[in-house]
Amino acid sequence: MNEAEPQIVVKDLDMGYGSFILIRNLNFIVNKGDIFIIMGGSGCGKSTLLKLLVGLKEPLSGQVFYDGTSFWEAGPEEQKRIMRRFGILYQSGALWSSMTLAENVAIPLEQYTSMTRAEIQDLVSLKLALVGLAGFEDFYPSEISGGMRKRAGLARAMALDPDILFFDEPSAGLDPVSARLLDDLILELRDSLGTTFVVVTHELGSIFAIGNNSVYLDVQTRTMTASGDPNRLLAESKDPTVRAFLTRGAEGK
Amino acid sequence: MAIESIDQTSSHLKLSNPDSTTLVIHLTDDWRTTSHLAAFENVCQGLETMPSLNKVLFDASGLTGWDSKLLTFVLKVRGWCDDRKVDLALEGLPGGVQRLLHLALAVPERQGARKDAERQPFFPRVGEKALQVYASAGEMLAFLGSACVAFGQLLKGKASFRRSDLMLFVQESGVQAFGIVSLVSILVGLIFAFIGAIQLKTFGAQIYVADLVGIAMVRVMGAVMAGIIMAGRTGANYAAQLGTMQVNEEIDALQTLGISPMEFLVLPRMMALILMMPLLCVYADIMGILGGLIVGVTMLDLNPVVYLNETKASFNMTNLWIGLIYSAMFGVIIALSGCLRGIQCGRSASAVGDATTSAVVTGIVSIIIATAILTVIFSILNV
Repeated sequence: MNEAEPQIVVKDLDMGYGSFILIRNLNFIVNKGDIFIIMGGSGCGKSTLLKLLVGLKEPLSGQVFYDGTSFWEAGPEEQKRIMRRFGILYQSGALWSSMTLAENVAIPLEQYTSMTRAEIQDLVSLKLALVGLAGFEDFYPSEISGGMRKRAGLARAMALDPDILFFDEPSAGLDPVSARLLDDLILELRDSLGTTFVVVTHELGSIFAIGNNSVYLDVQTRTMTASGDPNRLLAESKDPTVRAFLTRGAEGK
Repeated sequence: MAIESIDQTSSHLKLSNPDSTTLVIHLTDDWRTTSHLAAFENVCQGLETMPSLNKVLFDASGLTGWDSKLLTFVLKVRGWCDDRKVDLALEGLPGGVQRLLHLALAVPERQGARKDAERQPFFPRVGEKALQVYASAGEMLAFLGSACVAFGQLLKGKASFRRSDLMLFVQESGVQAFGIVSLVSILVGLIFAFIGAIQLKTFGAQIYVADLVGIAMVRVMGAVMAGIIMAGRTGANYAAQLGTMQVNEEIDALQTLGISPMEFLVLPRMMALILMMPLLCVYADIMGILGGLIVGVTMLDLNPVVYLNETKASFNMTNLWIGLIYSAMFGVIIALSGCLRGIQCGRSASAVGDATTSAVVTGIVSIIIATAILTVIFSILNV
């Protein structure tokens, strides 16, 4: 990898609901081409942090910069422009249930490109084939299994070849082999397209296999207690809760 | 060791105190959820009689079986002992019980996790409700505002939604509503004619039933009946659809793609209703007049041609326009209340139900209020 180039910079971020602070004082940098893991125990605010990073939820205080632009200080047009470069895979897939898989993947393309119908169709087939769903174009989300829905969601997230892909628990609900294939796909996309990934997960296998940067959110102290390469954290971290998390409770605590 | 038995004993439980500072709880027989056991309160009374108590022991030698019932009992004793700084020794319990208790107590209770059961006094509750109303009115206005903005985008030709969606909604809220609109409108026409007939017959003025039904249906009732039917039918449909989309994160997915849910979801629904409501209103008018005709012909022995001629004579375009204005207004109201409640929906199955209920209630209440306001305005304008 070349010189590290910061893509997302999070500065003094506090988040919560109303007057309730869920997590305070977050500072971290996601570089271009990183596979950045957000990890932590249940209820520590991982998903909330993801929501905030994709622009769905406003922080209580602090800033998030994308390529140097502060998201929450930018105007709505600028925000839209930034968000257009995101691809997001939701926990349950969040496919639009009134549309077929092909239509789901086609919507972003119809919205933001001037491709013809036929070109869009070709691209949709390619994206679906990439996630192993070739031939499922005309199925509705309710007609396929949960794992397939998730993969279709990934195809939609990849439709516009985004700069940053956000994943909310990608391997939850997938069988081990599919989860492994998804990890391989993530690595492949990173290497071939240079996509940055932000992944919320507590699947240890995935964390060590794909992550090269991370942040650990601690429930008790309500802040981040570790950050960096998860493999290095496993080797060097002194924090007992981080150690316990990374070793499935075998060490630490 | 002198064993002095205390009164509160039962078939499953005996208390004894080898000395004045120690209490032994003897557990006997079967301690399962299905068996009737001594209430903890009985034991408690026994415990309270020993002011100098500082150690509680268990003796499970007579125990023949146990399940979670025993665990809850031990936890209660433990809570009691903690409150009074009395030592509790668990060694006398079966090994399994000890290990499970250890597991249950391994993660300390999260501070503040327990929901406050405390009931607020009257005034704070009223205040809170008032603030909620204020906040929800703000949300409603914000929604209305962004609906207007989306409509502006539409006029500029920049709104992004799928034409096929619009066509589908037009079909759903148009043709497919004919059945129920026919039924209800005919019946309303019938009822009007009946009531009118009873009064008018006494003056021998049956023929004016045609005027009564015609004017009432065309001017306001056709629009109101169509509006209320559509609020229950299509407003609820919209709220449930959007609510479920909210639950499935589908609306988030639109937003993060930079597609405005207002344009993509609300606009086609609102347009479909604004286009279809006036048509449904005219249809309801005709059906209502048909209902009146049925009563006129069968009950009042009027000639159908005479009846229709009388209706025609009473008909004027102003009334029709007024009816159409009402119904277009209702179209906006129904679509907005349905979509608003759907988009506000929480993330659970019961929230979708609440959203649907609330959409229908909001829709119908708004229709009635709008009717009242418009009626006053029209009477001031003398039309």
